[in-house]
Amino acid sequence: MIALDDIRRILDAHAKLRVPAASVEPNDDLYASGMTSHASVNVMLALEDAFDVEFPDDLLTKTTFCTISAIGAALDTLVTVDA
Amino acid sequence: MSATTIQPTVTLAARAAVVAAIAAQYAADVDAAARFPHEAIAALREHGLLGTSVPREFGGESATLADLAAVAAVLGAACSSTGMIFAMHHSQVLSLTRHLDGAPALELLVSRIASEQLLVASATTELGIGGDVRSSLCFVDRDGQTATLAKNAPVISYGAEADLILVTARTDADSAPSDQVLVACDRDSTTLEETSGWDTMGLRGTSSRGYRLTARVDLERVVPTPYEAISTETMLPVSHTLWAAVWLGMSRAATEISRQYVRAAARRSIGSLPSGATALVGLIAELERFEALVTAAGARFDDLSADRAALGSVGYLVSMNNLKVTASTLVADIVARALSITGISGYRNEGQYSVARLFRDAQGAALMVHNDRIIANTAQLILVQKGS
Repeated sequence: MIALDDIRRILDAHAKLRVPAASVEPNDDLYASGMTSHASVNVMLALEDAFDVEFPDDLLTKTTFCTISAIGAALDTLVTVDA
Repeated sequence: MSATTIQPTVTLAARAAVVAAIAAQYAADVDAAARFPHEAIAALREHGLLGTSVPREFGGESATLADLAAVAAVLGAACSSTGMIFAMHHSQVLSLTRHLDGAPALELLVSRIASEQLLVASATTELGIGGDVRSSLCFVDRDGQTATLAKNAPVISYGAEADLILVTARTDADSAPSDQVLVACDRDSTTLEETSGWDTMGLRGTSSRGYRLTARVDLERVVPTPYEAISTETMLPVSHTLWAAVWLGMSRAATEISRQYVRAAARRSIGSLPSGATALVGLIAELERFEALVTAAGARFDDLSADRAALGSVGYLVSMNNLKVTASTLVADIVARALSITGISGYRNEGQYSVARLFRDAQGAALMVHNDRIIANTAQLILVQKGS
């Protein structure tokens, strides 16, 4: 399982949220919290770097990066497959 | 020879992907050793991909040119030499299947290509004809029901590995150089005396060696349709389309390496556009043009397939000549752009971002039937072309 706090750390660095990621619940809409689609690209790159994975095209959708839990679920599939 | 295991439920694309994975695994060794890609060709055979273009009535799958082009591209992305062998093989197979004219011996041969997954090579070029494949010196030396052929061929790609070799020759001892027929020679009754090797810059696995060929054949193995018609209606459009498809596959591979390289660079410099990112945009735009070109060429031939007059028209010939020149220029340009994007990582012979082998392979595209020769030929054609 991916630790959600690892994701929060990356969100703090790259998502340009209006609030600290610590205050964002797993199912809160990150775009509603201020993440732009441009920032979501940087989040994706940082996640790839941190977890040593590559998001395939079919996961490169807005919903994949919409919430912390969605990001965690997507990473779980990639990390499991790569392990 | 292993029996064919065609599984109609498994799509061509799925089988191509399996073979491509094997081809990719051995591509570096094939290149390093300048050897025939035995593993990939065995896999093509095992998955029924050598007989797929044979019509269903003769035991094949009636694969269209668009189908074959799709497979050629997938193979070309994995191993350029395997892709080219696939392309050349099916150009030969279609040159037979589309010009049978009900000849029983040739129908039998074609059904054997499907059932035994025979690999078919060609001997068109000849020393002493100035590189013009539409001229021959050698001739069908008839003796009753059999004939012998003696041809000094500077290039027979994978000739030593083929089961069948299609040889162009003058119809008779006193025929004009351009009065040619195609003769299907069994490898078993053909002697190949090697006259030159194949140690080249790229496409090192095609084993395009030179041979002094002598063959003894039954006269029934002489294709009744004049080679002029076969060349125009099948060999030229099919080979140029399938070569273009292989080069497209190589271009896809170079683009994918570039994309991965730029994405990795982006991960290291989050927030700023990595160098190479804008160049990658141009590369992808070129690739999209190339994709459209090959798709259109396959669809156009399949549309016109039975319309021999349309295939023989000057406009179509000009178009097919231009396809070869354009596609060979595109692959060289795309791979050069990929090298520029990946920089010294691409320049290396090893590593995940190497484009060295693709770069060397791509240089062959403009030279195999030299673009200058094709352009000169096209220039003659457009002098007689009416408005399209």
